[in-house]
Amino acid sequence: MADIQLDPGIDREIDRSHMQVLDEVAIQITKMNKWFGAFHVLRDIDMTVNRGERIVVCGPSGSGKSTLIRCINRLEEHQSGKIVVDGTELTSDLKNIDKVRSEVGMVFQHFNLFPHLTILENCTLAPIWVRKTPRKEAEEIAMHFLEKVKIPEQALKYPGQLSGGQQQRVAIARSLCMKPRIMLFDEPTSALDPEMIKEVLDTMIALAEEGMTMICVTHEMGFAQAVANRVIFMDQGQIVEQNEPYEFFRNPQSERTKLFLSQILGH
Amino acid sequence: MSDTHAQTVAYVRDTMLPEQIPPVTERGVVKWMRENLFNGVLSTILTVLSLLAVAWAVMAIGPWLLNSVWNAGSLSECRQILDGTSGACWGVIKDRFHQLMLGFYPRHLYWRPITTLILLFVALGPILYPWVPRKMLWFSAAFPFLGYFLLWGGSIWFPISVALGFVVGYAVLVLMRPTGTLIATSAAIIAPVVWWLVAAGTFAGWAHAVLPLGIEGVRSDRFGGFLISLVIGFTGIGLSLPLGILLALGRQSNMVLIKSVCVVFIEFIRGVPLITLLFTAQLLLGYFLPPGTTFDLILRVVIMVTLFAAAYIAEVVRGGLAALPRGQYEAADALGLDYWRAQRLIIMPQALKISIPGIVNTFIGLFKDTTLVVFIGLLDPVGLSNAIRASSDWQGIYWELFIFIGAVFFIFCFGMSRYSMYLERRLRTDHR
Repeated sequence: MADIQLDPGIDREIDRSHMQVLDEVAIQITKMNKWFGAFHVLRDIDMTVNRGERIVVCGPSGSGKSTLIRCINRLEEHQSGKIVVDGTELTSDLKNIDKVRSEVGMVFQHFNLFPHLTILENCTLAPIWVRKTPRKEAEEIAMHFLEKVKIPEQALKYPGQLSGGQQQRVAIARSLCMKPRIMLFDEPTSALDPEMIKEVLDTMIALAEEGMTMICVTHEMGFAQAVANRVIFMDQGQIVEQNEPYEFFRNPQSERTKLFLSQILGH
Repeated sequence: MSDTHAQTVAYVRDTMLPEQIPPVTERGVVKWMRENLFNGVLSTILTVLSLLAVAWAVMAIGPWLLNSVWNAGSLSECRQILDGTSGACWGVIKDRFHQLMLGFYPRHLYWRPITTLILLFVALGPILYPWVPRKMLWFSAAFPFLGYFLLWGGSIWFPISVALGFVVGYAVLVLMRPTGTLIATSAAIIAPVVWWLVAAGTFAGWAHAVLPLGIEGVRSDRFGGFLISLVIGFTGIGLSLPLGILLALGRQSNMVLIKSVCVVFIEFIRGVPLITLLFTAQLLLGYFLPPGTTFDLILRVVIMVTLFAAAYIAEVVRGGLAALPRGQYEAADALGLDYWRAQRLIIMPQALKISIPGIVNTFIGLFKDTTLVVFIGLLDPVGLSNAIRASSDWQGIYWELFIFIGAVFFIFCFGMSRYSMYLERRLRTDHR
């Protein structure tokens, strides 16, 4: 696999000046297990994410990668082991959960914008009600991030009037309005048409360039190659292999990884 | 195939054709009738049959209506005027209008229910229409107490002490918030109940002794006619919606106790006819209450009607909740909104929007069901029509009374139905 063409879509130079991995732990997962009924979805997950890391999680469907990142903001409850996010351990204590959730942004495969609110209201809702930001200030923050994802002119429309790619960029802006320290992406481009994938990836790259701590479940290997500092491959609820992207793609160690990569890269 | 090369000959149009009017069969009335009335054999037959039915109905009822008598003091006077011809005798409505509207409410106090009705519409304004200033909502919140005071009269301290219960509840909610949502919510529900049961009466009595403020009291048995229908109907509607929402949320709760209480309540109420609940209100509640307590019959009926409608609303709202994608809950959670905020800002606005037709359906049903109170001796319009017929003046009159009562109910119900359609249009933001 000497010369694999990962994705021609990412053609720009990546500005790496702010992409630094700090020596500070952002997320610490130890011996974490989760079951759906009798099905053992996540098995003994150990994972440390430092501040500033950009991690891409990949793997076949049903491997538990989405469940893993959904455990990080407690959309799924783990049954054993320990998850500490930004120094707060996730237990059944609702206050800790809300604290973690307001520090961790999440972007979903199906955007999950609130259809009854305008784009601007989608973005200001959480700052106003959770952070208690005054409305005017919240709107300024929202417009700032909507400009950043390049759709300020859509602010007064409703989600149903936007294209999929625009909706996903709004979803990213909505998360950013909470000024999160960590961003989780759960297959952000899987529900999009090919031409819209690029605009969302561009937004995500811009975010990485600013030094955001990111965990992305995605099959966009070009994105992994361009901005990730670590790629994690999961199968059957376990972390099978992780490495920095160059090595991961050119020199995969496990047979399972090789098979997976040959399937998604070898057209 | 192409001897003439017609397709390859170059052609440029030098004069543009003007727009022409479509042929007569494709425009205006003729087109509309072809499409809607005579669109095929079956459609034509049905149109003709419908026209015949309408004509027959008009022929049958028209003369009766056209030959109406408006001024008559009794049915016999009416018949005298009609002199053997067939005609409607609306004199009864004119003669007994006040009774049909207000029952036996004291004549010199008629201004009170009339003011209440006007204030009711003022209070509904900000709830129903977004262009009414939001500050008016304070008046809407105060209206139930003001309305009670105007209708029943008595000491002003009683409605005030009941209203204070909500203040107590809110204060407890704010004070207890640091202890967590569940405890704070439970405390905020228990505290006002305790206040109403234990302290409210004492407080009202004490305040009245210190500062006696009040107007002439009117007992519930003087109420009647549409006054009863509207009091029961609007109070029931106003109370059953929040209660129904809470029941729907309770039924979805993860907490087994709350969930089972809600399920049992909903299933029990839905499994029992309203009339049995009304009889319970009339007869049985008296046995359960401490001796000596007078518990107003209208109030008891309002409670029963509210519980009944709330169970239906709960199921309608549950349908709306089930229709929301899971992603909406997850997005609200992921943004750090707590349960009540997520419900209030994200889930309920959408779930209620989906449920509007079902909710309004239940409201219309509730409003019409208020006529059932006739069976427990309250003189609602239907009950009054019996009473009016029992008087020697109007013995034997049926149609005019029922047509009038039906027409008034129709105005309210049709209004609700139209409003719900307006609301659905106004809230349509999904652009599907």
